[in-house]
Formats: sequence, C-alpha cells, structure tokens
Amino acid sequence: MTQLMDWQGQKLAEELMQIMLLAFAVISFATGYIYGSFQMMVLIYAGGVVLTTLLTAPNWPLFNRHPLKWLESSESEKHPKPQQAVSFKKKPAK
Amino acid sequence: MHSFGYRANALVTFAVTILALMCAMASISDNFNHPSPSAHVEVLNINWFQKQSKGNDEVSMQLNISADLQSLFTWNTKQVFVFVAAEYGTPKNSLNQISLWDGIIPSREHAKFWIHTSNKYHFIDQGSNLRGKEFNLTLHWHVMPKTGKMFADKIVMTGYRLPEEYR
Repeated sequence: MTQLMDWQGQKLAEELMQIMLLAFAVISFATGYIYGSFQMMVLIYAGGVVLTTLLTAPNWPLFNRHPLKWLESSESEKHPKPQQAVSFKKKPAK
Repeated sequence: MHSFGYRANALVTFAVTILALMCAMASISDNFNHPSPSAHVEVLNINWFQKQSKGNDEVSMQLNISADLQSLFTWNTKQVFVFVAAEYGTPKNSLNQISLWDGIIPSREHAKFWIHTSNKYHFIDQGSNLRGKEFNLTLHWHVMPKTGKMFADKIVMTGYRLPEEYR
C-alpha cells in the first residue's frame, strides 16, 4: 500500500463507508427497539463502525483497480520542459 | 479521500452524527409509550407530633407506600426517581409541598413495590398550623432516560388529616 488510492477507489471507499454506516444504524436501531434493549443497539452499531473502518479506511488493492497512467520518464525527456514565467517590471494599474 | 487519516476522519464524523440521530429517535420513541401507573399511600400511625422550641410544628408518621410503576419503563429508561410529598395550605403559604420520602427504581423488575417506613425527611411546618390540618399526599415520578427527554407526572391522593392535638 505504498501508493495513494486512485479516483475511482476514493469514490468507492466513500460511498461504501456511507452506505455501511447508514445500514448498521438502521439495523442496530430496529434490533434494539424490537428486543427492547438499548445496549444491543449500541453494541451492534459499534461493531458496524469497526467493520466499516476495517473495510473502507485502509488503502486496499480493491481501491486501486483503475490506477492513473503517469507519463514514462523516458517519454518526458523527449519533450521541452515548461519555461519559467517572465516577470514584468511595471506594477499593475489600480 | 487522499489518505487514511482523511478517510478515518470522514468516517468518525459521519458515524458520530448518525449516532446523535439514533439517540434522538430513541428519545422520540418514548412518546409512543402510554403508561398506566398506580399507587397508594397509607398513614399507618402518627409516631409523634410536637411544637419545636423554635415554634414550628413537626410530625413524624409511619407510611405504607405501595406502587406499580412498571409501565413507565421503556427500552430507553435509565431509572425512575420517585418521591412522596405532603401538600397543604396555611395562612402564610397558599401551598406547602414537603418531600417525605424518595427512592430510585433502577429497573422494571423493581418497579412494583411496597415499603413500610417512617418519613425519610422531616415534616416541619413554617409556623404552627398543623393541628387538625387536612393534607394531600402526592406520589411523583421522574422517568430518567438513557438519552433525551425526561418525563414527569404524579398521582394525587386526598383525604388525609393530622390529629387535633400534639402527641
């Protein structure tokens, strides 16, 4: 996991995180309410948060299926590098 | 979403926001509970009834407090605070309310109870008005939630009267 997530992976990770947290919120509330146990709701939700963190926070390979194609260094040598901008002596009129 | 820290921060923020919403919904769900509590307080005996050296009346009485407060408990109830108060009027104060006993009910199983006790807190008048005084006994409860709004209500019991003379 030495490289950062690609754009598609970032989108997938974010959406997965939001869906999972909302789903666990609904499941834990419904279960707690039906069984009349507040503790059950909190425990199921806490477990869901941990699971979501494990699945969406680290940079898993599944989030790198569309890596960016950077230009090869050999190819970049063949083309002129961008020039530094020339500075103007006059101050701009206000 | 360019780093682990960024994603972890977004996750924790969202998770805590959702948790706050769940707690609000849990509190709202308490409104769907329609409790039917019952209670009765009996004055078994007047232990003593004196005028203090400062000039204020004081009475000690033996009480039998029985109640069924089980229907007050919901999944979002932490505990129920219950207290018994005496209510009466005097020329000086149109309404006096004096707490005689209180307790904490930690769970539904403990909510159907009776207790035979003398008043836990002193019943002292501001003045010397208690001889032959008619008074109400009210049983109040505060349903304290795990999260959200607290509900409070009471049952008023009338028809109690103190002795005409000191004992």
